[in-house]
Amino acid sequence: MLVAFVLAAMAAAPAESGRVLKWGCDAQGGAPYVFQDPMDPNHLVGFEVDLANAVAARMGAKAVPVQGQWDRLLELLARGDFDVALNGVELAEEKKRVALLTQPYFAAPEVLTVRRGDAGAPRAVEALRGRRVGTLPGSLASRILERAGAEVRTYDGGQNEIYEDLRLGRTDAVLLDDPIAHYYGDLEESLERVPGDFGEVRYVMAVHQGNDALLAELNGALAGLAKDGSLRDLYQRWGLWNAATARLIGADPAATAIPTEYERWRASVGKLPPLWERIRQRYPQTLPLFARAAGMTLALSLVSMLLAIAVGVTVATGRRYGPAPVRVLAAGYVEFFRGTPLLIQLTMVYFGLPELGIRLDPFVAGCIALGLNYGAAEAENYRAGLESVPAGQSEASAVLGLTRWQALRHVVGPQAARISLPPMTNDFIALLKDSSLVSLVTLTELTKTYVNLGNAMRDHLGLGVMVALWYLAIGLPFAFLSKRLEGRLGRHLRRSEA
Amino acid sequence: MRLVVKDITRRHPGAAAAVLDGLSFELEGGTLVAMLGPSGSGKTTFLRCLIGLEPFERGEIVAGDDVVLRGTEQASPAERRESIAKIRARIGLVFQSFELFPHLTAVENCALAPVRVKGVARADAEAKAVELLTRLGLAERLKAHPDQLSGGQRQRVAIARALAMEPKILLYDEPTSALDPSMKQEVLQTLHRVDATGVTQVVVTHDLSVARGSEHVWVLGKGKLVEEGKPDEVLVSPKHEATRKLLADWR
Repeated sequence: MLVAFVLAAMAAAPAESGRVLKWGCDAQGGAPYVFQDPMDPNHLVGFEVDLANAVAARMGAKAVPVQGQWDRLLELLARGDFDVALNGVELAEEKKRVALLTQPYFAAPEVLTVRRGDAGAPRAVEALRGRRVGTLPGSLASRILERAGAEVRTYDGGQNEIYEDLRLGRTDAVLLDDPIAHYYGDLEESLERVPGDFGEVRYVMAVHQGNDALLAELNGALAGLAKDGSLRDLYQRWGLWNAATARLIGADPAATAIPTEYERWRASVGKLPPLWERIRQRYPQTLPLFARAAGMTLALSLVSMLLAIAVGVTVATGRRYGPAPVRVLAAGYVEFFRGTPLLIQLTMVYFGLPELGIRLDPFVAGCIALGLNYGAAEAENYRAGLESVPAGQSEASAVLGLTRWQALRHVVGPQAARISLPPMTNDFIALLKDSSLVSLVTLTELTKTYVNLGNAMRDHLGLGVMVALWYLAIGLPFAFLSKRLEGRLGRHLRRSEA
Repeated sequence: MRLVVKDITRRHPGAAAAVLDGLSFELEGGTLVAMLGPSGSGKTTFLRCLIGLEPFERGEIVAGDDVVLRGTEQASPAERRESIAKIRARIGLVFQSFELFPHLTAVENCALAPVRVKGVARADAEAKAVELLTRLGLAERLKAHPDQLSGGQRQRVAIARALAMEPKILLYDEPTSALDPSMKQEVLQTLHRVDATGVTQVVVTHDLSVARGSEHVWVLGKGKLVEEGKPDEVLVSPKHEATRKLLADWR
């Protein structure tokens, strides 16, 4: 069963033959870029999905999206996880050092949003100094705000939260690219745009350094799409056509078509349907996505836990029975992996090791990072178990002629296991939850799926309950099994004073 | 089997006085020996040194014709390890707190070492265990775990576990101290049953009745052998001051 899960989780590549253009994006970014269709969450939609498909079609290829964390897209590209990063990648000089950038495919003004009628709100760049302003991390808007001396608040979740905080008075203003302001800020009646020039952002595609052929192809495809008017049509459908982009691709700035996709999106998220309707109609559609994600979470957790147990047993026995150098090494291992954040370890394994020529598959990297980290916790856990067994048990084994290893295997180990099992179950449940960190390395598990769906459907509460139930459904059986095993192992271990 | 102890010296790290201070004696096979002495006279330390659970600095222990265990100042750790392994193959120890393996049944407790150490087939080892346990009156408790046994029963399982390795000498550390006083007769009975099989037994004890039931008595004082002989002689007309004081304390 585990193998099936792993295979299903890793079988991301399409089966058809022919050329494939893998493009990296973060579905968590949400509308209108790349997001799960609120009406049918099994599909990715967005103006960049349409753009990727159109560009790929011109190149005679099939576009396949690869999930990656937005502010890590260029690092993932450098690792070779996909051919092109296409997801609101902003044109900036420093990016040219790490990747090749296409011509810009879209331009938009930065938009400052404040509470409607808020007399004290900042309404010009100079007025931003010292004010709390929300935006996205690593964006042009955040750099503009830093230059202006604002107190920048960045958000890793969805865009609606940024505007929600503004509405609730937690921030004084929001500075974001026009498409985001259009899809989120403008929908809030209690908020208003501030007129004026706050800067202009341009989006480009990024390809791996040295891949000039692909760069030329992408630029050619973009030029073609601009020339035959399909780029203009695309932006109009999404309600994103503006003067800046018209100047960029040399087209008529007047909008002539109805923004059908924008209207469709508004209709789907404008007002959340009542809970009962969501349970009947929307949530069943999320089941396949959640099931696949749960498979990924479970597979990751099981493989990582097996690794953690192996590491833990080795380190714990080394620390308790090994010669001095081994004991020092084992203690060092525990302190290092216990004392540094899992996120840093995962980043080092996934993004750092390629510098040494070791390029790991995302699933393998995730399991190694989780396994090494939890191995430290297991080692301490097993050491506590071993130390809880009275020294007399080892002495009795030795006097009978058992070797140290035999005593550990047949006498001390089975008794230590009973002590170590409850904390081990705890660790497994914790690992199940910590496995959400692997969304950093392009794997889509339960938490990531929830965040993406929650943003796309603008429904965090109902889906939150759903994802919680999924976690419990995975974790509770193990807790139950462990309880039973604990009872069996402990049956005769009530230590009676002799 | 002959056991010769020559001039054993053991000093606990940091301690002023030596626990064993030139302890010497000889033991011919097939007897039941009681080792007496006040607290701190080094009885338990001697047992632990003999079986390799504790080091001693000087002196030597000769077990049989070919095994010599020398002190840490006279022999390398490797030599000592080799000798200790050979000694453990010939000498068993019944701990004061028995140290039965709580997760195993009585039979499994007795069969573990023969299977793992000697490579005896499991079925043979278990048959032997059943035989030993039956001989010690535990035929009804073969499948019981230690937590299901009384103190006296646990002690007999511990004895059977040691006997399963077929030792030439069996050592006991205070066999009556962990048991109810009413159990003394049962312990003596067990000692005599084992004695009948020809195994040499050395019993470290505080208990006068055990000493009376033995065939030979050693009295330790301050890490030395101060007196030895038949129980009738040593216990009735003690020659050494330490023995007299010990007997006076008991009465």
